[in-house]
Amino acid sequence: MMTDYTKIDFSELETLSDDEVVTHSYVRDIPISEGRTLALITLDNGRDHTRPNTLGPKSLLEYAATLDGLRERAAAGEIHAVAVTGKPFILAAGADLSKVAEIPSREIALRMGQLGHHALGKLSEVGVPSFAFINGLALGGGLEIALNADYRTVDASTPAVALPEVFLGLIPGWGGAYLLPNLIGIENALKVVIENPLKQNRTLKAGDVLELGIADALFPSVNYLEDSIRWADGVVSGRVKVKRPNEPGKVERLVKWDAAIGIARKMLQSRIGSVPKSPYAALDLLKAAKSGTKAEGFEREDEVLADLIAGDQLQASVYAFNLVQKRAKKPAGAPDKALAKPVTKVGVLGAGYMASQFALLFVRRLQVPVVITDLDQARVDKGVAYITGEIDTLRDKGRISPDEANRLKALVHGTTDKSEFADCDWVIEAVFEELEIKQQVFAEVEQFISPEAVLATNTSSLSVEQIGAKLQHPERVVGFHFFTPVAVMPLIEVVKTSSTDDATLSTAMVTAAKLKKNAVITADTPGFVVNRLLAVLLGEAMRAVDEGTPFETVDEAMAPLGLPMAPSHLLDLVGLKVGAHVLDTHHAAFPDRFYRSENLHRLADYGKLLEKDDKGKVKGFDKGAMKIVSGGTNPSSPDEILTRLQDGLARETKLMLDDGVVSAAEDIDLCMILGAGFPFQMGGLTPYLDRVGASERVFGDTFHHPPIRGVDA
Amino acid sequence: MAERADVVFVDGVRTPFGKAGEKGMYWNTRADDLVVKAIVGLLERNPSAPKEQIDDVAIAATTQAGDQGLTIGRTAAILAGLPKSVPGFAIDRMCAGAMTSVAMLAGSIGYGQYRLAIGGGVEHMGHHPMGSGVDPNPRFVAERMVSEDALVMGATAERIHDRFPHLTKERADRYALGSQRKTAAAYEAGKIQQDLVPVAIRTAEGWGLATRDEVMRPETTMEGLAGLKTPFRPHGRVTAGNASGLNDGATAALLASADAAKEFGLNVKMKLVSYAFAGVDPEIMGIGPVPATEKALRLAGLKMDDIGLIEVNEAFAVQVLSLLDHYGIDDDDPRVNPWGGAIAVGHPLASSGVRLMNQLASQFAERPDVRYGITTMCVGLGQGGTMIWENPNYSRKAAKKA
Repeated sequence: MMTDYTKIDFSELETLSDDEVVTHSYVRDIPISEGRTLALITLDNGRDHTRPNTLGPKSLLEYAATLDGLRERAAAGEIHAVAVTGKPFILAAGADLSKVAEIPSREIALRMGQLGHHALGKLSEVGVPSFAFINGLALGGGLEIALNADYRTVDASTPAVALPEVFLGLIPGWGGAYLLPNLIGIENALKVVIENPLKQNRTLKAGDVLELGIADALFPSVNYLEDSIRWADGVVSGRVKVKRPNEPGKVERLVKWDAAIGIARKMLQSRIGSVPKSPYAALDLLKAAKSGTKAEGFEREDEVLADLIAGDQLQASVYAFNLVQKRAKKPAGAPDKALAKPVTKVGVLGAGYMASQFALLFVRRLQVPVVITDLDQARVDKGVAYITGEIDTLRDKGRISPDEANRLKALVHGTTDKSEFADCDWVIEAVFEELEIKQQVFAEVEQFISPEAVLATNTSSLSVEQIGAKLQHPERVVGFHFFTPVAVMPLIEVVKTSSTDDATLSTAMVTAAKLKKNAVITADTPGFVVNRLLAVLLGEAMRAVDEGTPFETVDEAMAPLGLPMAPSHLLDLVGLKVGAHVLDTHHAAFPDRFYRSENLHRLADYGKLLEKDDKGKVKGFDKGAMKIVSGGTNPSSPDEILTRLQDGLARETKLMLDDGVVSAAEDIDLCMILGAGFPFQMGGLTPYLDRVGASERVFGDTFHHPPIRGVDA
Repeated sequence: MAERADVVFVDGVRTPFGKAGEKGMYWNTRADDLVVKAIVGLLERNPSAPKEQIDDVAIAATTQAGDQGLTIGRTAAILAGLPKSVPGFAIDRMCAGAMTSVAMLAGSIGYGQYRLAIGGGVEHMGHHPMGSGVDPNPRFVAERMVSEDALVMGATAERIHDRFPHLTKERADRYALGSQRKTAAAYEAGKIQQDLVPVAIRTAEGWGLATRDEVMRPETTMEGLAGLKTPFRPHGRVTAGNASGLNDGATAALLASADAAKEFGLNVKMKLVSYAFAGVDPEIMGIGPVPATEKALRLAGLKMDDIGLIEVNEAFAVQVLSLLDHYGIDDDDPRVNPWGGAIAVGHPLASSGVRLMNQLASQFAERPDVRYGITTMCVGLGQGGTMIWENPNYSRKAAKKA
């Protein structure tokens, strides 16, 4: 017996949504050919494009009632087609996430899924052909509105169409998981439902929407609605025949479907491990969509959605999403932007790989002169050649125009004459990580620059205060800690010393934003945030290894966090020397809490931890390396290692908050998400530590009140 | 060397005309979008016209500011998706803006400098009410160059009644009634709709589609007209019923040299014979079509008897009557505005010239017995404009039969 949505009482949901920004369903009759009428529904929440249409309970109920009315009119012969479109630039951005996070029980979560199916499903049951005109942004439930129509068109300038649910710990649960593979084939559906959300939430452009077969026709923006109505008229009158080459046939269902699911599952396991629930839930739903009825598909989606909404991972994901979307854009503790000094010329001390990457980023984003320097002309020339080469590559890839490439190259200049730094407003150093050297290059350049020019250091392990200690104007020194690769990683830790003045700090924050990076302000304490917590992780890993636990066991022990990579892979990525150095500096700063590993130094000298094939794919551990780390006699169990890791992270996080390293736990989480790729399902870090009990064990409380966790936990 | 060429009217379209103001259908639609949709619709209907070979885009607007500013011919060309190599400009002669754009482009084509061009006009009188932002030179009044009536179009129409007392209010009302009825009949027969491009409109009730002129009043009666207020004078003669209203709308036309039309396989709807603009006293601007038509006929070597169809803009009924009266043409002569005119469909100032051409061109197709037709209109500040067109479908046989 399938769910009869008409028999369900949704009134409880409605009472939950007193403050919902309701997306209304307006209807106007449009005359089409041969005396027929198309009823056009416009979804519009009455706000401008900065507040997209979203679909909360009231919006869905109004939409359902509107479609009921249209079904009656269709039955009476008054209308001959129904179409739905959105307010300018936006169809709908999906479910109202703020409502999803407030759902108090699994039962209500189930209702939420059912209401979506109940409302959206009506578009295919109006009794006349139904159309969706995807006039702009269509995300999640917004796209599912369209998928429930018989036909779809898309506006050529539509910026983003996607089913991003998996990115947020959900599944496309208002029909998407069943309807999409049955419309565009399993491989295309896997790309939209699973692959894209996991690639930094990649979205589809209008051309992709047409090519994948999600839309049947694409029209230019200038006349989009007029053209769509004319096209729909053609479909209704039989003049336009719709072809769907990607619609799965028998062969695809028999042969390709399960194989594609199998490949996707393997890909998922190797990329994200098995901790995140939603990608696998989506995979199972896509697999099941191969056969059976739509009603069965919708019912499966209801149940899975209810489980996920009621679970820990979704709550943590919504929390993380809000951090990235909102808190990252208004950094805690940032001084007034008006205090920021203009940056009209940038100096980079150093011309090595890191320095060149800085120069490239600054010149691209700020479009001001960038001058680099180093010990001798040969190094300078090499740096400039690297930068101009990268600019040419951007041009050749079509990322920037030839004129823009010329402009950028003309802005980059190399010299050994520090007097050319005289008119720089911002000077950043990227020289060797040694205090005396950094002190020396700053002192040298200070002779030439104005007293107001900002001096930024990219140090990861030294005291920013000490780097500036010998300067005449230490108040203009600030830490500006990037993560590699510089062009890709979105975080900068902006380090404020006791003498950094507000104008300097504001300049750093504004400059970070212009570089299109998210900045978090931290105190000048060892490792700042990200490296300090990664030092806990690597330290606990090496401690267990040194004590005799096999490396495989250590990797396995830490897997339940669902981090982007195992400790051994992380060591391999950052480099064994760097890893050893990070542990050393933290041990030196906090000897009783941080572990340093002599074995890691030996491994660094040996040069290798993992065995890889020709393509760089990891095949296992290097035998020589395993020999170096063998000899411990006191191995730990995976549970012991995991507990030590969790407790270590909880302890350091609590200490950082107590010492005011950052403003709040949210900033720790933001740093870990943006700087270390910690997953949304952990909420960064602190929601995870609360829900696994580490916070309670270490300091007898939780970081969040109430803790961020599922409703049925 | 460029060679002088014959000029042809290939095609013309327009948006449905709306009622100006907050209650009108285009209140939430930009003026430039209206003319862009007209241009897009025009090019869609003529796919063989190579876009990159269009030599210019001249778009008229009386108020050239806001959504009608920024050199609207150029911006509209870009927004309509024409290649950036196609230039454009803005042009203004108040009500005769679109007519002037067509005439001036025709001059460029005739002199061999252009081969393909788009002319047209737009007026969003809701966004740009008449007289908004103007700053008339005080000398106009101080030196009595023009009377104060000159800037109030309704007042200039009252002056025509003064000058020609036999053109009574009753005759003006009867003419207006005829315009409404002829337009209603033309709509019924689907004649007007053939040159309309639909426009998506945003309203408080969601998106809609404008497919018909908004202000038509087929239910008009003489009694109803007789009872209307005369806003320009107490006990005057000019009313909202015997004048065009305040409207929003846009038009666009494709012009070509005869050889370019042939080369690109473009259908020719009309051949240009002559055009003329002329000035009259600004306070009685409505008689402007008389000297303009005289001049155009003289340039063409034709007499009014040679003209088989007259599309005259109905800014005011009395102003149409003054033209007809001058030539001794009956008020209800079937040659005049057979499908009605601006009194019924509206008059978004600078756009109207091309509407007259669209309707004349469609009538030419139905009337191979007619060889020549004119489009003519009065213009604010005392002007008139007239263009004389030849019917490419003309046949002597048909003419004899008729």
